[in-house]
Order: sequence, then C-alpha cells, then structure tokens
Amino acid sequence: MNSRIEDRVFARFFQLAVEPAGLTFPGSWGKISRGAVWTFMEKYRILPHPADGKFQAYGTTLEEALGNAALAMSSFMWDWSKVEPRVRHFVHVRAIDREQLLVKFLGETIYLFETKRFLLGKVDGLRIRQEFEGFSLEALLGGDTLSDRYELFGDVKAVTYHELKIEECGGFTVQVVVDL
Amino acid sequence: MELRKISDNVWEIPKQGEMRVPAVIYSSARLLDDIRRDMTLTQARNVACLPGIERMSYVMPDAHQGYGFPIGGVAAFDLDSGIISPGGVGYDINCGVRLLKTDYMETDVAGKRKELLAEIFKEVPAGVGKGGVTKLSRGVLKEILVKGAEWAVENGYGRKEDLERTEEYGRMKDAAADAISDRAMERGLPQLGTLGSGNHFLEIQKVHEIYDEAAARAFGIRAAGQVLVMIHCGSRGFGHQVATDYIEAMENAFGVKGLPDRELVHAPFKSSQGQQYYRSMCAAVNYAFANRQMIAHWVRDVFARVLGSSKGMDQVYDVCHNVAKVETHEAGGRSRKLVVHRKGATRSFGPGRPEIPECYRSVGQPVIIPGSMGTASFILAGTEEAEGLSFSSTAHGAGRVMSRHEAVRRFRGERIRDDLARKGIELKATNWKGVAEEAAEAYKDVDEVVRVSHEVGLGRIVAKVVPIGVMKG
Repeated sequence: MNSRIEDRVFARFFQLAVEPAGLTFPGSWGKISRGAVWTFMEKYRILPHPADGKFQAYGTTLEEALGNAALAMSSFMWDWSKVEPRVRHFVHVRAIDREQLLVKFLGETIYLFETKRFLLGKVDGLRIRQEFEGFSLEALLGGDTLSDRYELFGDVKAVTYHELKIEECGGFTVQVVVDL
Repeated sequence: MELRKISDNVWEIPKQGEMRVPAVIYSSARLLDDIRRDMTLTQARNVACLPGIERMSYVMPDAHQGYGFPIGGVAAFDLDSGIISPGGVGYDINCGVRLLKTDYMETDVAGKRKELLAEIFKEVPAGVGKGGVTKLSRGVLKEILVKGAEWAVENGYGRKEDLERTEEYGRMKDAAADAISDRAMERGLPQLGTLGSGNHFLEIQKVHEIYDEAAARAFGIRAAGQVLVMIHCGSRGFGHQVATDYIEAMENAFGVKGLPDRELVHAPFKSSQGQQYYRSMCAAVNYAFANRQMIAHWVRDVFARVLGSSKGMDQVYDVCHNVAKVETHEAGGRSRKLVVHRKGATRSFGPGRPEIPECYRSVGQPVIIPGSMGTASFILAGTEEAEGLSFSSTAHGAGRVMSRHEAVRRFRGERIRDDLARKGIELKATNWKGVAEEAAEAYKDVDEVVRVSHEVGLGRIVAKVVPIGVMKG
C-alpha cells in the first residue's frame, strides 16, 4: 500500500490544481494506462467478481473516497464523466457506523436514479460528522436528468455489505460489492 | 474446510465449531469444482450457525456465492426459536419464472417469429431505467401489494385460471403494506409491468424433448416442437428497497457484532422486525406476481394479434426463486411449521401436497429451471423425496461462473446475436453490453445442474425446451 501514498498526494494535487481548470479524468483512464503517468489520479478501480459489481474507490480523505465510490457505482449504469451538471440534489444520511453510512450514501444514488431519473456526474461538498450515536453525511450531488443523450449500461439493484471494507493507510480505500 | 463425500452427487460439511447442523451440498464432482472456487461453502457453513435452523443447511447444484446465504441456499427455521433473514431471500424478492404453453407448433410461427418478438419488445417495457406504462396511485399500489396477481386478473390482465397455476395462487396472504417505506413505494410505483434488465429475459421457446410423458401431459406439454413462452423477472426496485430497508432495520435493532457476515443479519421470526420484514417481503412477492401476470397478458395479446388467437395459451406455472415461506415439513420426527428460506432455489413439492393445484396433484408441481440466455431450459416435476432431501427444493437455473466484467471483456453483444441467429434463435435486446454480460459461457452448464437434480431426486426431468426468440432487458 505504501506506493499508494504518493499516488494520493498527486491525486490531491490534481484535484486542487487541475480539475478546477476544467479538465476531468474518467476513472477508466487510470486502468487503461496503468503504470503510466495517469495512474496516480485513479478515482476507483473495478474488480472482478463472479456475479456482481465489485470496486475499490480511493481518496486522501474518507469523504473523497466515498464520493469516488458513488462515481464508481454510477459507472456500472452510465458514463458519469459525460453527465452535464444541470441538476443538483442534496443528500443527508445517518448511520450507526461508517459501513452503514457508505451503504446508505450509495443507496441514495440508486434511489435518485430510479425515482427522479437523476444521473450522477459529480459529488460536491461531501461532509461526514461523527455524532452521538454513529455518523451523518451530507453532500450535494450534481448531474442531469436522464434523456436520449445518455446511454445506460446496466442496473444496480442494491448496495451490499459483502466484502465491504473501509481501510485507512496513508489515504482511504473503500471496497464495495453492488448487486447487479 | 472438511468436505465429506456421501455419494456421487451428495457432499457434507460435518457439524463443527459454531455450526448447529451440518451442511449438505447436492453437486456432481464437476459442478463442485466451480462451487469450491468461490465462497459458497463458507456461506453454507455460516448459514448452519444461525439460531433455530432445522435439519441441515442445504446447497443446490447450481450454487454460487451470494450475499450472506449462497445463491442456491435453502434453510428452514423453527417459528419460535428461529430467525428470518433478508440475506436468505436476496435483494430481488420473488425473482421467478412463469411459463405459458401455446397450441402452436414451431412450424406455425416460423414465418412470424421476427414479428412476434418485435411486437413483444414494443409491448413489454424492458431495460435499465425503463418505466411501466401503467400509472399507479399509492392506494392502488397498496392494493397490489396485498392482492398480488389477483389484482392483475381483476383488472383485466390475464385469466382467473392463471391464479391456481401460480405458487401461492398468486397471493401471499401474510402480505401487508403498513410497514413498507416511502422509498420502496416510490421505487415500486413507476416499475410495475416491466421486465427489468440484468439476467431477466423473456423467451419464445419450443419443446426439444419430452422425458416424462405423463407429467408433460398434465402440464399441457404434448410434443416436441410445441411453442412455449417463458418470462423471467422479479419485484424490481420495490423488492430491492424492501430488502435494503430491513437489513438496516435489523442492524439498528440487533447490532452487527458477532455476525460472520453482515449480510447474514437476521431477526427472530416472531420479533416485530422479523414480522415486519416477513409481511413486507410477502408484499414484494405479490408485486412480482402481479408484474409477471401483466407481462403474460401482454404476450398473449401479441400472439392474438400476430397469429390470430391466444386461445391455447394456458399458464403452466409460475415459480418463485427468492423467497421465505411458512410451510409444513418433517423435522425432529414430526410435521411442523417452519420458515423456509429459498435463495436462488425453486420449491419442488411432490405429488399429494395440498399446496399444489388439483391438476398437478398426481404428478407433482411444475418446476421451471431457466438456462442462461439463449440456451436450453428445463421443466421438472416436484418429487416426494425432495421433502426429506431439501425441504422440497431444487435448483433455479444455471448459476454464474464468470464475472459480468470479464464477460464484457471477452464477448461482444452483437457477435452473440449473430451466433444465436445462426442457430435459429432471434435476439432483441435493449443494450449490447447487457447481452455480453449474459453470454452462455459466463454460466454453468444447465444440463449438468438438472441431471444432478434428477439423479438425487430433488426434481424429476419432464422436458427440455430451447429458445427460438429471446428478448433481453
């Protein structure tokens, strides 16, 4: 995991310096050019799983890793990097622990898609607070309403606890399996 | 993990550690190779540790790893000391299969096959994010949750006779809409009457071979070449949300400490969380029954329009693959009511069971086992032995062996369409990536799954059917 610390420092640099300049880096770039210069800005990685969708998402903070997890999950359904930010949804979830917080936060994306036809394109202002009993999270999800301009790849039925991990080692890695 | 061979198709994980009962795996050596490769056996062992489990933790021949319970896992629990677990049912509550027979032979539809499929594709909403054509109010949805397929028939979708040819007569009587979240209602409202996506499909099939003439006749299956329609789908976002809601509710009420796997979270069956989940799950089962009832009705409409009549299109049966039910079984030397979890497994009640309709009582219930997209499917009959072997349960399909991601990397949807076309199978799909994910190579060999089921006695093979037209959501 040590090598990843450097990656994350670079990732943070790019998040602060490059993304505001209007450049975006779809998650798949990191995979295509693994080992090349792009690797360090990898937001997430899709992992093999016999029946379903498994991924790891990375961040210098837990907040960033959770935001990237939402993008990773969206990548099973649509290309989030092509979604224009026209609509915003504020989400607020509470949970007994960090694992449940992650599951419920990702569940918001599925719920918004199925009931508001909302396609997630970016996650802003994600904040996690430790509370008296557990955690709370709020975030502003940016994206667009489903229309002909977007292609859908598949459905995510639910977010599971199967092989779910939240690891801290220099930065944060979260691993999730979603039911497809 | 210690795995003892009992016979060619039966294996056992002896009771050890925290296990309250042994686990039994019905599988050939060949299928076991796949089963051992993932977490299926560990999950079967975890299930054997749950409170109130009776007899054994069973694993069906098509098993693969799931969440909490393996897919292809069957377990029954005592009503008083036992539990109910959303992980023992799955996210797609009452994912299941409905089979319609027709009086048409392959030759009757040969020239119209393309048109039939195109019309069904137009009539039955399918694919990701596709809403239904029926605009529902919350009040009507609540009625559907309580009445299931009965609501559909009362509202002009299908025939009264369809109900007796549906598990539970199309309506789980313990269903209640009072403990359903707003989110589940919101997800359920736009999706009724839709096929969905993923592994869900609708196939026009023909009978390939009949192995058991008497049972086939009872099921309305007369000869090779006869055209059938198979519908595979479930409770859509509604069921997924019910599962999600109650996993959280049970975590909050009972905590997650000491669970070998968080997806195995459970509640005592008679606790308020246990009862609320059970009644809500029954509501999701009813949603799925109504869903398949509506789709079957539209398919009949298309046949009537394109071929002139849908007169002989009787329902053979409709079975649940993901469900928990209160049933009477032998346990501890007497007949008792138990809560039977079937996750990726089909009920296979044998002759004489009072739950199955009169017309099937002498041969056993029809068990419908779909293969993977574009491959053979099977019709079996429930057996008396299955009661003692698996609380009357058998396999539910082929079972995945390759990840969707890997399948997309290896196969192309358009290529699969062309290959199927060469075999005389028409394919229509909402997206090609979804087709690649469901490539036959990503699944186990359904013939082998069914052979094991037959040899062990979980279900008796009646007929093999093959597709001639496939609609993929």
